[in-house]
Amino acid sequence: MSDSKVSGKLIAVEGLDGSGKSTQVYLLKRWLELRGYKVFFTEWNSSTIVRQATRRGKRRQLLTPTTFSLIHCTDFADRYDRTILPLLHSGAIVLADRYIYTAFARDAVRGCDRDWLRALYSYARPPDITFYFNVSLDVALNRILEGRPRLKYHEAGMDMAFSPDPYESFRVFQGKIQEEYDRLTREFGFTVIDANDTPERQQTSVRAIVEDQIDLGRYRWRVPAPYAAALHSDAWEGPPAEEAVAEPAETADEQDDRYA
Amino acid sequence: MPRGFYGHGLPGIDPATFQGTLIVVEGADGSGRSTQIMMLRDALEREGHATVDVGLKRSRLVGRELDEAMRGNILSPRTLALFYATDFADQLENRIVPALKAGFTVIADRYIYTLMARALVRGAEREWVRQVYGIALVPDAVFYLGVNPRLLAERNFRKSLVLDYWEAGMDIRRTGDMYENFVHYQREIQKQFRAMESLYEFETINGNRTPRTIFRDLLAKVEELLEPRAG
Repeated sequence: MSDSKVSGKLIAVEGLDGSGKSTQVYLLKRWLELRGYKVFFTEWNSSTIVRQATRRGKRRQLLTPTTFSLIHCTDFADRYDRTILPLLHSGAIVLADRYIYTAFARDAVRGCDRDWLRALYSYARPPDITFYFNVSLDVALNRILEGRPRLKYHEAGMDMAFSPDPYESFRVFQGKIQEEYDRLTREFGFTVIDANDTPERQQTSVRAIVEDQIDLGRYRWRVPAPYAAALHSDAWEGPPAEEAVAEPAETADEQDDRYA
Repeated sequence: MPRGFYGHGLPGIDPATFQGTLIVVEGADGSGRSTQIMMLRDALEREGHATVDVGLKRSRLVGRELDEAMRGNILSPRTLALFYATDFADQLENRIVPALKAGFTVIADRYIYTLMARALVRGAEREWVRQVYGIALVPDAVFYLGVNPRLLAERNFRKSLVLDYWEAGMDIRRTGDMYENFVHYQREIQKQFRAMESLYEFETINGNRTPRTIFRDLLAKVEELLEPRAG
């Protein structure tokens, strides 16, 4: 089941709730798509088949750390095998809002064995870039807790019995997750973005890093998306001129095109 | 008393504190598994042992989704394997472990070996599968009912007139013919069981014989296992 080479690129964003990573990955996606690149977005815990079971398990508090971990891994596998990996093979840029490191951090806090977690997700290829939005715990907590939202049971880490008060429990839980992220940053060499900075400055760094590390020219749509092209004609530079593109040797895929 | 976990185990659970016994009966559909389990349960309860039955796809957590997803057959082998693992973990933590703590004899109608064999014939990496099921308890005894695939097919036809889609491995079919596919698939599964036999210490029982003959073997082995507790 392993997969060695893919032509696409995978970019993951990780960080605490309230780190602003979802905003940043959204802005990154807009930038890439408006420039006419093949970009797709996928987020944690969103596969349709598994979602129902996850929800029921969470609602009824049926989950233990082990089943919590396994059900998220099932969800991830579904998205990985049916979306992420096929997209990467097709030569697209895939943006993932949270990736396997979210599981490594959360599930380790819940007491799952760290080596077991790495083995569980060993089928998932490491991203080409993993941005870690490093935010101070206070800033993240304030962003989330400001409006006194209703915290979900697992979100607040209530299953860990840190505190009977959901807000206090959330604080302790997030603090422990941050410690795990620090450990993961060292282990996996994340690209760290200072998430206490302004959104604009963060996005400037993110875009510069992506442009520097990925040969974006290879990820243009072969056929432009008509809507995007018409709407953003200034941003859309049109299909590359014939001579400007260095044609690689014909791939099996292109042979398919010819005989289609 | 189970002898620990195969791998990293479950957080916060110490098998050394368990009083009960975990007995696993493995075998394909039509191997006589259910019949043997029924007889075993009767025999144990006659002797005053408290028993609990567990099986696959019975968890409250994902049982329903698993059924649905299998009907549609849209999951990748890996997702299916993880779904099964979740279902297994749920039953392990919520049924098997509490029962063992309370001193019950747990009779498992299939265990991780079927799940591992299914994943392996669908191309999963052996090491990954082994790690995923590192959460499982090592049972006190595992009995595997080995039956000739053509005889298995015959018994299934007799029971329900049809071969089960999954037991025939139709999701990874090689030929359009379901019978040939069933036989081939069951052979592949048996190959995986043979490969696991010594590592996981199965007792392979010749399941080609009559239920009574098989049961005589099985019961003798189980009694040997439970004797020290009764005495």
